[in-house]
Order: sequence, then structure tokens, then C-alpha cells
Amino acid sequence: MLTVVRNLGRALLLLGEAVACVRFMFVRRSFREIVRQMFVCGIKSLGVITVVASFTGMILALQTGLEMRKFGQEVYIGGAVMVSMLREMGPFMTGLILAASVGSAIAAQMGTMAVGEEIAALEVMSINPVRFLVMPRLVAMAIMTPLLSFYSCILGVVGGGIVGVTQLGVAWSAYIDNASRFVETKDLYVGMFKALLFGVIIVTAACHEGFGATQGAVGVGNATRRTVIISFLAILVAGYFVTRIFYV
Amino acid sequence: MIRLEGVRKWLGGRVVLNGIDLQVERGETLCVVGPSGTGKSVMLKHIVRLLTPDEGRVYVGDELVSQAAGARLEKIRERFGVLFQSGALLEWLTVGDNVALPLREKTRLDEEKIQARVREKLDLVGLADAATRFPAEISGGMRKRAGLARAIVRDPEIILYDEPTSGLDPVSARTIDRLIDDLRARLGVTSVVVTHDLHSALSIGSRIAMLAEGRIVELGTPEQFIASRHEEVRQFLESQFITRRGEWERSGSHETGQR
Repeated sequence: MLTVVRNLGRALLLLGEAVACVRFMFVRRSFREIVRQMFVCGIKSLGVITVVASFTGMILALQTGLEMRKFGQEVYIGGAVMVSMLREMGPFMTGLILAASVGSAIAAQMGTMAVGEEIAALEVMSINPVRFLVMPRLVAMAIMTPLLSFYSCILGVVGGGIVGVTQLGVAWSAYIDNASRFVETKDLYVGMFKALLFGVIIVTAACHEGFGATQGAVGVGNATRRTVIISFLAILVAGYFVTRIFYV
Repeated sequence: MIRLEGVRKWLGGRVVLNGIDLQVERGETLCVVGPSGTGKSVMLKHIVRLLTPDEGRVYVGDELVSQAAGARLEKIRERFGVLFQSGALLEWLTVGDNVALPLREKTRLDEEKIQARVREKLDLVGLADAATRFPAEISGGMRKRAGLARAIVRDPEIILYDEPTSGLDPVSARTIDRLIDDLRARLGVTSVVVTHDLHSALSIGSRIAMLAEGRIVELGTPEQFIASRHEEVRQFLESQFITRRGEWERSGSHETGQR
């Protein structure tokens, strides 16, 4: 328990230091690195997010539609899919995908740098590793996770619509009409806020675990594994509390 | 120049440094030798405050490094160049960009001057044609030389070397020895070299300190070191087939260290 509290405290300190470094984000070299990280974290994850989001929307539409069909209400699947995707499934699926792909990659890179003394080398060159390594990734993920989440919501809704039209006999116009009728602006910004929070959680966990890696390849492996587990758990817990704060 | 006073450090419940008292004079090359796991690298890390002593103090000049933080620590560290055991090059940057990194991040030099300085230092370590290659594309010896070029790119007063010749073939190891010795002779830098390669230490060291079980058990010039009657020093010398000064000289290792 004491270790958990200590690690949480260290991770929050790391996050605080990285946030304090955000003021340097428009320095030319930092900005270039942020753009590079946005590509690495975001664009390279588009493929997997496209597949997962589309099928999540399709599954949601199919399961909900089949149940609602029993009551002749399948026309309402548009609202169900839209609200589920925006409020929960979009940010949640995006967060989990990024934790597994980007979070693990960041942890492995930071861990390899830590055991290879590259981070120590930065320190003795008086280059702040948090500003040099963590801040660009934090900013990149804080920008890209909400964007990817929004993208996954759109794909989920489109996927749900395809199932609605082809499997449940719902007209496309009725589906879209229903989807837009039930959704509120709040659903959008709460979803985006959740995604931003998940992005920050993933980078913080990955950098904290990576920086603390010791004992060579085994240490890097452990840091990567812990990053994925911590990110998954933190995303679940944070997601619940954000929903509770905004909707209860 | 560098002073360690009663430095003690525990790591993993084990005492690694057990009261180290050591002074490094300006312009000298102090080699710290000893078997693996005796705390040589740990001691080196205390000098640039990558580690903080549990007891004792570390000074660089008049500055108390062991309690320095923030901008003061940054200023102290700017006096150092450090060659890490693996070279510690950033893998996603080319050799040239690695060497240029401290200049780009910590100085206001324009790119033209940075490139000129990088070329000069890479030339010095014999890597002029490797500037555009990535660390993964070069050999271990070249990585160490690239790391050395980065360590000296800001012309530091003090250079710390962590096992500069470990894992290298004898020819590459002697090349590194010559570079270290050249830097001392040409630029007058103060050096601390941690190594378990006694041939290297005897070649380049102004003085040699032997660390065993967290303590300095012998400290003296190469001649005094070889003549030491301390049991651990004798064992260490014999383990590397150096039993008398004459044998070491005949081995040819001393050639690089003629001063």
C-alpha cells in the first residue's frame, strides 16, 4: 500500500513537472518534437482505432437493435449508439488502444533509455529529461487522444448505421435523425474531457514506469507490463468518476 | 578540484561506498580500478550528483555538489563531460546530432558554428565520416568514441569516464586510451577514469586508486601502485598478469602513456 502511494506521488510530481514545462512547447525544437510525437502517437494508431471503433458501433447497434426490435423500437438505435459512443465507448476504447500501443511503446523507450544511461546522460548535459522527453509526449497525447476519440465516435456511429440499415431495416435518415436528437453538447465535451484525461494518464504512467526501469531487458519488460495494467485500471476508475461527476 | 569526504552509500540494503575520502587535483587523470561490483561507477555518479551520498560530502572546486540543486547543479554539471559505459547515445538521433545535442539545447550558437564544432570533435575522435549514421549502425568502439565526442563538445574542465575500454578489442581500447591521454595533454582537462582494465589505468593514469568493498585500499602513482604490497592490489595485478613493473613495460601497454 505504501509503495502504491509512493509511486502515485512520484507519478503526480512527474506530471506536475511536465505540465510546468508546457510553457516551452512553442520553442522551435520542442514544437517539432511535439508534431513528431503527434504523428507517432496519433496517426500511427489510426488503423487499429478505425477497425475497433467501427466494429464497436456495429456490435452496439446489433445487440441494442435486436432487443429493441422485440418492442418495435429499433429505429431508436441511432440515439443509443451515438450516446454510448460519445459518452463512454469512444473515449474508453481509444484510451485502451492507446494504452496498449502507445503507452507500452513509450514505457519501453523510456525504460531502454533509463537502463542504457541515456536519461542520466541528458541530466549530466543539464538537459531536463522531463522537458526533453515527457512534455512533448504529454502535449501530443493531450491533443491526439480527444481527436482520436472523436474520430472513433464518428466511425462507431457510421458502423452502427450500416448495421441498422443492412441488418435491422432502419432507414439511414431515421438513424441519423435519431442519433442527433438524443445527443447533447455536454456528451461531446465530457467525452473529449475523458479522452484528454486518459491521454494524460497513459503518458504519465508510461514515463514514470519507464524512468524507473532498472535491471536491463527484464526491467524494461516489467515497466511496459506495469504501464499497460496501470493505464487500464486508471482509465476505468477515472472514467467512472468523470461520469459520476458530470451525470449524477 | 574534486573532493569526496567520508562518502557512504547504501543500495539495496548493502553498503556500496563505505567512507570514501578522495581528492582529484586539477589537470590530473585519476584512474579508479577494482573488481566489478565494488562501487566504482556509483562513486563516479556521486561526482555529478546522479546519486546523492547517504553520508559525506562531494565538492567540485568550492561547490558542494552533494547538496546542489536546480540552476546551481546545472551550472556545476556544465563543467563536466561524462562518457558513459555504453556511450549513452540517443538512438533516434544521428551521431552528428547526438554530438550537437548539448550545443543545440544549452547554447545560443548558430547552426553553422554548431556544425563546425561537431565536425571538429568528431574529427578528433576519428569519426568524421560517421556523422550521418545512427548509433545502431556503428560498432561498440565507435559508439564510445561518439560518446566521447559528445562529452567534450562543450570543452569541459572535467571529464568522467565510466569503463571507457570495457567490451572493446585491444586495438580499440588503446585508441580510447590515446584519446584520453591526448585530451589531458592538449586541453589540460581533469579526468576521472573508472575501469577494471589495469593496462589502461597504468597507461593513462597520473594516479591510480583501488576500490575494494566500498573503500579506497590503495592510492598512488602507477609506479607506487605496482609496488603496492596490499593483498587485494597484488591479487588484482596478478589477475591481469602484471606482477612487476618490468613485465608491464615489456608488455607494451605503457607505450600510450609515455609522458
